[in-house]
Amino acid sequence: MSKKVLVLGEVREGVLRNVSFEAIAAAKKIANGGEIVAVLLGDAVQNCGAEMIHYGADRVVAVEEPNLKTYTSDGFSQAFLAVYEQEKPEAIVFGHTALGKDLSPKLASKLASGLISDITNIEGEGKDALFVRPIYSGKAFEKVQFNEGLYFFTIRPNNIAPLEKDLNRSGDVSTLSVEITNLRTVITELVRKVAEGVDLSEAKVVIAGGRGVKSAEGFQPLQELANLLGGAVGASRGACDADYCDYSLQIGQTGKIVTPDLYIAVGISGAIQHVAGMSNSKIIVAINKDPEANIFKIADYGIVGDLFEVIPMMIEELKQLKVSV
Amino acid sequence: MNIYVLMKRTFDTEEKIAIVNGKIVEDGAEFIINPYDEYAIEEAIQVRDANGGEVTVITIGDEEAEKQLRTALAMGANKAVLINIEDDLDELDEYTSAKILASYLQDKEADLILAGNVAIDGGSGQVGPRVAEFLGINYVTTITSLEVEGKDVKIVRDVEGDAEMIQTSLPILITAQQGLNEPRYPSLPGIMQAKKKPLEELELDDLDLTEEAVAAKTKTVEVYLPAAKKEGRVLEGDIKNQVSELINLLNKEAKVI
Repeated sequence: MSKKVLVLGEVREGVLRNVSFEAIAAAKKIANGGEIVAVLLGDAVQNCGAEMIHYGADRVVAVEEPNLKTYTSDGFSQAFLAVYEQEKPEAIVFGHTALGKDLSPKLASKLASGLISDITNIEGEGKDALFVRPIYSGKAFEKVQFNEGLYFFTIRPNNIAPLEKDLNRSGDVSTLSVEITNLRTVITELVRKVAEGVDLSEAKVVIAGGRGVKSAEGFQPLQELANLLGGAVGASRGACDADYCDYSLQIGQTGKIVTPDLYIAVGISGAIQHVAGMSNSKIIVAINKDPEANIFKIADYGIVGDLFEVIPMMIEELKQLKVSV
Repeated sequence: MNIYVLMKRTFDTEEKIAIVNGKIVEDGAEFIINPYDEYAIEEAIQVRDANGGEVTVITIGDEEAEKQLRTALAMGANKAVLINIEDDLDELDEYTSAKILASYLQDKEADLILAGNVAIDGGSGQVGPRVAEFLGINYVTTITSLEVEGKDVKIVRDVEGDAEMIQTSLPILITAQQGLNEPRYPSLPGIMQAKKKPLEELELDDLDLTEEAVAAKTKTVEVYLPAAKKEGRVLEGDIKNQVSELINLLNKEAKVI
């Protein structure tokens, strides 16, 4: 049976997050030919509708309201539920982002629905679909299915490939008017700590530094390498504890979970808590002076050497590669 | 103040994970209070010490969970509640857990409910917000600072590294993020006192819940270990050549740059 699927398009500072396109691809897998309806919530989001269609959505419903300018679970749940009531879908897909993680359980409870969070793959199609998700900090995986009712799931960024962008696709972008009331939380200020540029949790390339980086300045060559590769800089807890960088960069069991195509661990020993946050990266490179460092056990490629020698050399090699390509 | 903490007993993920007959082997493994729940317990104690009231720690599980509840009591919680589902439920998901916890809490007039933002075993992060929704109260997830003054609550929320300053009010459920506080270790007097503190044990019947009412909406059909990684290559030779080789491998073999 085909399913109508609602996909939340997540707009940040006027731009759709990549995970929204990945969510459309995930929706296609379970729709079984059914309709994919993208939902956009905010105060000026309608203009992102066409892009959701280019990436595979059939139709877009936008709710625009001043009270949706910043995310609150009260505001966004009211808006999303109004779309849900209008569309009566059989499935819902969100990104497993700060917003998705916060909003989806509330909606699942409101709808008395199951919710499978943080999935990295879908096996099978339609009602036989199995949802794959990491457990025990990525040390094991489980396959989960829905017993009944709504299929509601969140996808981990960077794991399900988006469909190819097709500028010829067209579809209806409509708006739904919803009055948003009774917000119980007020966001008085947003302090940006994360540097501009590539978002760590969605980056295809992550260059992470550990204690071996030795200082805040020591992160500069890593940033330069990241810039060259269009990637983001992350860190181990050790580097954050030592004040070399902000905790917002921390990757690990108590930090961010990342699954880039390429993860370069620089001066990171490979403590189990750190590994929990990055071990599912596709290709792992370790650069460390200590040949016994645990990180080499999970690395695809390793260089035993001084990062302050190796990273500048990598930057040079890459510049040459770019010239020669 | 009437403060409740939702606690989960978790498998220590520093343990080696083995699977036998499709299940994670738990025999002999170390179990701990979910690390994020420790932040929740610590914060609850601090809020109580500043504002008065009582901290009750609740968990769902079997009698093995008593150990972690006693640890929470030794840290300074006043009371503990074990909702023992051993005889009633074989399968539970986040819906089940939230429904049970909300049933327990619905007549308790909680001012503040705290939980970890995620459990390190299941990793879904759903139960806190689901409980709040079932109770009809507000919630804020992944918080790194909490100030309670009368009914007013000021919160700093971690949003993927950025910080949101939030004003809200009691009653509220919050989920704790790393950085909220530094959880204390139980003191020896604390451990002695914990033995005498009340630990209530309930079953689904006591909450007027049937198995059907809390039946899971999802089902785990398989648990498995990730495929063994192909053994990596530590490059050799002159550093400059190693770097050239690495860039070449990443470009041509792995095709990631």
